[in-house]
Amino acid sequence: MTATATSARSDLSELGRSETALRTFLHGLPGVDQVGAEQRAAQLGTRSIKTTAKAEAIDLAIRMVDLTTLEGADTPDKVRALAAKALRPDPADPSCPHVGAVCVYPAMVPHVAEVLAGSGVHLASVATAFPSGQAPLEIKLADVRAAVAAGADEIDMVINRGAFLAGRYSEVHDEIVATKEACGDAHLKVILETGELATYDNVRRASWLAMLAGGDFIKTSTGKVPVAATLPVTLVMLEAVRDFRAATGRQVGVKPAGGIKNTKDAIKYLVMVNETVGADWLDPDWFRFGASSLLNDLLMQRTKLTTGVYAGPDYFTLD
Amino acid sequence: MFEYAPAPESRSVVDIRPSYGLFVDGTFVDPSDGGSFKSVNPASEEVLAEIAEAGGEDVDRAVRAARTAYEKVWGPMPGRDRAKYLFRIARIVQERSRELAVLESLDNGKPIRESRDVDLPLVAAHFFYYAGWADKLEHAGFGANPRPLGVAAQVIPWNFPLLMLAWKIAPALAAGNTVVLKPAETTPLTALLFAEICQQADLPAGVVNIVTGAGDTGRALVEHPGVDKVAFTGSTEVGRAIARAVAGTRKKLTLELGGKAANIVFDDAPVDQAVEGIVNGIFFNQGHVCCAGSRLLVQESVADEVLESLKRRMARLRVGDPLDKNTDVGAINSAEQLARIRELSEVGAAEGAQRWSPPCELPDRGFWFAPTIFTGVTQAHRIAREEIFGPVLSVLTFRTPAEAVEKANNTPYGLSAGIWTDKGSRILWTADRLRAGVVWANTFNKFDPTSPFGGYKESGYGREGGRHGLEGYLNV
Repeated sequence: MTATATSARSDLSELGRSETALRTFLHGLPGVDQVGAEQRAAQLGTRSIKTTAKAEAIDLAIRMVDLTTLEGADTPDKVRALAAKALRPDPADPSCPHVGAVCVYPAMVPHVAEVLAGSGVHLASVATAFPSGQAPLEIKLADVRAAVAAGADEIDMVINRGAFLAGRYSEVHDEIVATKEACGDAHLKVILETGELATYDNVRRASWLAMLAGGDFIKTSTGKVPVAATLPVTLVMLEAVRDFRAATGRQVGVKPAGGIKNTKDAIKYLVMVNETVGADWLDPDWFRFGASSLLNDLLMQRTKLTTGVYAGPDYFTLD
Repeated sequence: MFEYAPAPESRSVVDIRPSYGLFVDGTFVDPSDGGSFKSVNPASEEVLAEIAEAGGEDVDRAVRAARTAYEKVWGPMPGRDRAKYLFRIARIVQERSRELAVLESLDNGKPIRESRDVDLPLVAAHFFYYAGWADKLEHAGFGANPRPLGVAAQVIPWNFPLLMLAWKIAPALAAGNTVVLKPAETTPLTALLFAEICQQADLPAGVVNIVTGAGDTGRALVEHPGVDKVAFTGSTEVGRAIARAVAGTRKKLTLELGGKAANIVFDDAPVDQAVEGIVNGIFFNQGHVCCAGSRLLVQESVADEVLESLKRRMARLRVGDPLDKNTDVGAINSAEQLARIRELSEVGAAEGAQRWSPPCELPDRGFWFAPTIFTGVTQAHRIAREEIFGPVLSVLTFRTPAEAVEKANNTPYGLSAGIWTDKGSRILWTADRLRAGVVWANTFNKFDPTSPFGGYKESGYGREGGRHGLEGYLNV
């Protein structure tokens, strides 16, 4: 990175204090050529992952799933069922790993917490007036505190896209800092809502902004707008976390969310992680999939690999 | 942690015959003096087939067949009917593309990913494109009723065997000429399979003739008094010999020769995409590309950062079995070419440039060369001046746009160049001053049948592709 290679590590933490410094830094990041980024993402999508590599990738992908339900119609029973599935995705096969986390609305957190307690599966909750983020800051922070108090150890926040697009970077930055503070020990995932940022240049700037403000993960989407995670957007974000670590020494995770429905797509993402940032990120602590229907497809493909035959959808639980 | 398991493309999709004759007047025939040579798989040194070697008499037979076909069938045929044959060939190429891609990778050593995703789609696209021109020649801008030349002698290289065949044969046939084509001696197999496709398409006998052999065969072909047009793609050295041989004859000549392209990275370039472009520019097809971006000119203020990214990216290149679908860099085409790459690389190191390659395991058998970059290269180094035609990149730096242009143009070649910057005005300013036939901006090695391709200076003359590509095959 031009901007970072020339700045000393200590300088970056000061950037958030001044709107001008923040703007100068973010606009000094190298641009992203849209055609080139999309071409690279498409090329990585042609990798052929077979046999043992496929089996490995499927198990890794299962461990990276943030099993998600974010519906107005969610009930305690519904989310408890989802949590049970998170613990034992394939009841017929004890060798199947558990997923990375369960992701629900704050009101549902206590019901999930009962089921997951002591299991090693994380409990994530969307907060900060998800999905629009259009609420006064105090209300957003109260939302976060409530979710953490109820047992969430990961918080998925949304950035203020209006402020970002208007160029009020400090406002976005300070909100993330405040949310991080409200999180306490809980991990903070910062949703950029890349579908609303529109350009890859914006995605790169928003990624850096979220990392500078202390986000532990950067996440593509809420899943509530028409354009969710895409391979090129994830590529740009992976390049950002790679460069951020090179500049600051701190590693940040990445979570594509929304629209990743099958094993083939999930493997394309893993190939991209492997060839862009390498093995350090090939771990549920550093890469997650925000998804719901993906898990069953991973389970079907896993069963196919171990038994040699496809089992019908009736053999997999619907939640 | 995440190792890709082998993903080999099946070689059983293509039948390779133990021996091949010459394709003359619509059928495969034995050479009159019975000479032959072997085509080997450069990735394993396994012999793939025995290939007939055409002597002077065979070449004469092929040229006469082409002449007869030109006078009796192809020349008088209305353009719309010629188009039907070309469309038919294009469709058969698409239908048999997997077979052709595997054969190309076996014979040439290029990764199946490239032959499948680049070469074959472009081959079909060229035939489709020129098929469309066959009945519209009066609208090509060369007058009301442009006439074909007659018999075209075409000599092609080994780096893109089938694609170079398409670049030569498609416009020639569309314009109404007949052809005698000589593929390179190390990569004749896809041209011979193409001969079978001509039979399958019911192309009239003698319209396409394929004579295999080495330099002597090529010389006999271009010097044959019965040809009206010579088209050659290959080295500048051979190009010069051909130009001398046809001087003073009625033969029309187009040459597409060597290159030493500059890939210029300005300080405001999109770094990650520029690095992809540098990698694609020099390691695509093992660097066996006449328009390869073999000289990287990077602005001094971002040189360290670009090189660091480039090295990290190069460490991800997968070198190995060309038939593995995950291979990025395949085998060097021949022992002879490998020796040349080695020799020039040793000269580079001896002249004081710093050599670097990522750690990579090369197979024991076959011809292999690890992707290599040289830093600290100056204009005075041989590796900055001579075409290496392998996966070897020379890195030079510059301080100002004017210096970049000066260095880029300071070569006897002028085939292609690349510009990387986020500033549109700088792209136009630079492109205006570069003396190269093709200038890519924020991309590299992009080809399309609609776009003319060709060189300045010692990179040759004439254009292939597009409307312009018809000119070399019309009497204008």
